Amino acid sequence: MKSFLKTLALALLTMVVFAAPGFAGDTIKLGSGGVISGDLAPYGISAVRGVEIAIEDLNAKGGILGKKIELLVGDDACKPEVAVNMATKLVSDGAQMIVGHVCSGATIAANKIYKDAGLLIVSPASTNDDLTLKGEHPNFFRTISYDGAQADLMSSFVKNTLKAKKVALVHDKGDYGKGQMELAKKYFTKLGGIEIVLFEGVTTGAVDFSAIVQKIKRSKADVTMWGGYHSDASKIVSLLKKKRVKTTFFGGDGIIGDNFTTLAGKYSEGVYATGPNDTSNNPLYKEISAKHQKKYSEKPGTFFHNAYACVQALAAAAEKAGSLDYDKMRAAMFENKIASPLGTIGFDKNGDVIGAGFSVYQVKNGKYTQVN
Amino acid sequence: MRKLNILLGVAIAGIAGFFGIKEIIADPVYFLELVLGGLTRGSIYALIALGYTMVYGIIQLINFAHGEIYMIGAMTALIVASVLGLWGWNSGVIVFLAFAFAILYSCAYGFTVEKIAYKPLRNAPRLSALISAIGMSLFLQNYVMLAQTPEFMPFESLIPDFQFWEPFAHIITAVEMSIIVTTVIVMILLGMLIKFTKIGKAMRATAQDKVMASLVGINVNRVISTTFVVGSATAAIGGVLIACHVGQVNFFIGFLAGIKAFIAAVLGGIGSVPGAVLGSLVLGISESMFTGYFWSEYEDVFAFTILVIILIFRPSGILGKDETSKV
Repeated sequence: MKSFLKTLALALLTMVVFAAPGFAGDTIKLGSGGVISGDLAPYGISAVRGVEIAIEDLNAKGGILGKKIELLVGDDACKPEVAVNMATKLVSDGAQMIVGHVCSGATIAANKIYKDAGLLIVSPASTNDDLTLKGEHPNFFRTISYDGAQADLMSSFVKNTLKAKKVALVHDKGDYGKGQMELAKKYFTKLGGIEIVLFEGVTTGAVDFSAIVQKIKRSKADVTMWGGYHSDASKIVSLLKKKRVKTTFFGGDGIIGDNFTTLAGKYSEGVYATGPNDTSNNPLYKEISAKHQKKYSEKPGTFFHNAYACVQALAAAAEKAGSLDYDKMRAAMFENKIASPLGTIGFDKNGDVIGAGFSVYQVKNGKYTQVN
Repeated sequence: MRKLNILLGVAIAGIAGFFGIKEIIADPVYFLELVLGGLTRGSIYALIALGYTMVYGIIQLINFAHGEIYMIGAMTALIVASVLGLWGWNSGVIVFLAFAFAILYSCAYGFTVEKIAYKPLRNAPRLSALISAIGMSLFLQNYVMLAQTPEFMPFESLIPDFQFWEPFAHIITAVEMSIIVTTVIVMILLGMLIKFTKIGKAMRATAQDKVMASLVGINVNRVISTTFVVGSATAAIGGVLIACHVGQVNFFIGFLAGIKAFIAAVLGGIGSVPGAVLGSLVLGISESMFTGYFWSEYEDVFAFTILVIILIFRPSGILGKDETSKV
């Protein structure tokens, strides 16, 4: 009986192996992973919409290698453990290339699965340095600049343009926020001439932030840097203003966008943040923004255009390679130059984007305006 | 052994106190700011903790859906204020109506939750009612998320930055001051309700002995409903006030606030009304002090450590009744 079961199990396994090629059907399956539920859903939804519209455009032109593209969407809720399950599901559903994920922690976790499955992944939003700089994720590319590039820009802007002497670094204890502030600390130390008077983490979603605000005030920081997302940032900014604390608030791309300015309202005025370059004059950028407006009756969100570029990059690599072979496609990724909504972009040897960097923005009259 | 424990506690407190006094003398304004910040936070905890402790006092149920009642209060105020604001109503009227509707809606929800989720389980094991409470909490969270939006919504403060308050605004904002004052007023009113009114007397009687109370002609069901309604009303006030303070609302704000208020209630001695207030203020002020003088990263760790320490020395909380006297 036992050996019968073993044989049966073996038979079933073999069937699965032979069944695998059956997936290579008439369509090319593109998996999209990211956060589309919970607090951070706006980020992930903007990315998925970018993928959707890119696929529509490509399919209208005949798809990739003459095959139509089919979209598979997964939700990782920004949680690494969910991301692994979700990635496994995408792979078993037959995804042949991946766009995603959004949260860096989730991307790192999920990429174990994609790497083993031999799939290329291009992320529109994950900015953690380790993803590219450690060399552990050879199949990973991204159309957004990495955190180190952002920290470099932040620290030199704070020193040279804002002429700050003392900075307070505050973060939300998360992968993204704390990582960003640790990098900022590293770059400030490298730059020299700036004293870090405070380095603190706060509980995200806390009932009240007045104690940390008093602490910032006591530290007499000229600039308060924030590593984290828009909701906590707007609470802290408004308390800083209400308590008449004289410090300039400076955040990363987590607070770029209308989400922050609507939440913080009048208190957002004068806040600085670094975010992706403003490429809103690019013709393709305008064209796909209009498509988004038409399809969803609202303005595109934060990672919409980056996600569009992800799909373009994958499609171009497949066309150049002439097949979906992993090694050929990966080699093509490094060689291609893509006319994307972010301008003409390529990838360096680490898989980081070339040609789409960060700029500094400031809120003026309730809107982020580029200042450098 | 117990003596040794106490000695050790006193020694630690003494050392901490010594360093504390040095810090306080070095910067007394900062100390004052932290105390006031802690009072604000403690006041909010107190407004929510009252609901936990009153309900526990009467039916020995930990009403985990209570944090959601607080959230619904804030949500209702947001909706009423936005609609009336669009119609261009006078801001004084908006404040009054927003508070009134928030209290009304929260009371209605508190009342209904009790009737649907707890009343049928009145004679069931306590664990069943507890699970029912957790279920209700999840239900209300998801219901608000689906009916409204998962995103944070801006909450325009209903309390203006009073001109006369400007000189003090850097120490404590007008909103924070309003929170503390409102809480004190609510506490006094509640104290009077419990002490001097007929329903208050009935509540105390029911808390002491439910069966005996019903034998002497008290309508226990009505008393329980009233308790839920009163607790919901104070939570709603807390919800609206904190929304004014931090300027945003979403479906999830009740979770953390509810947990913290629950800790505060246990700290003070669950079942005791003055205990809940005291526990909340202790928790709020010590959290604020800890963030101010040590590391905000460990604020929550610290809150729970205090809870554990107090429960080791006083298992029934600061003002809680000794368990043995009940048996």
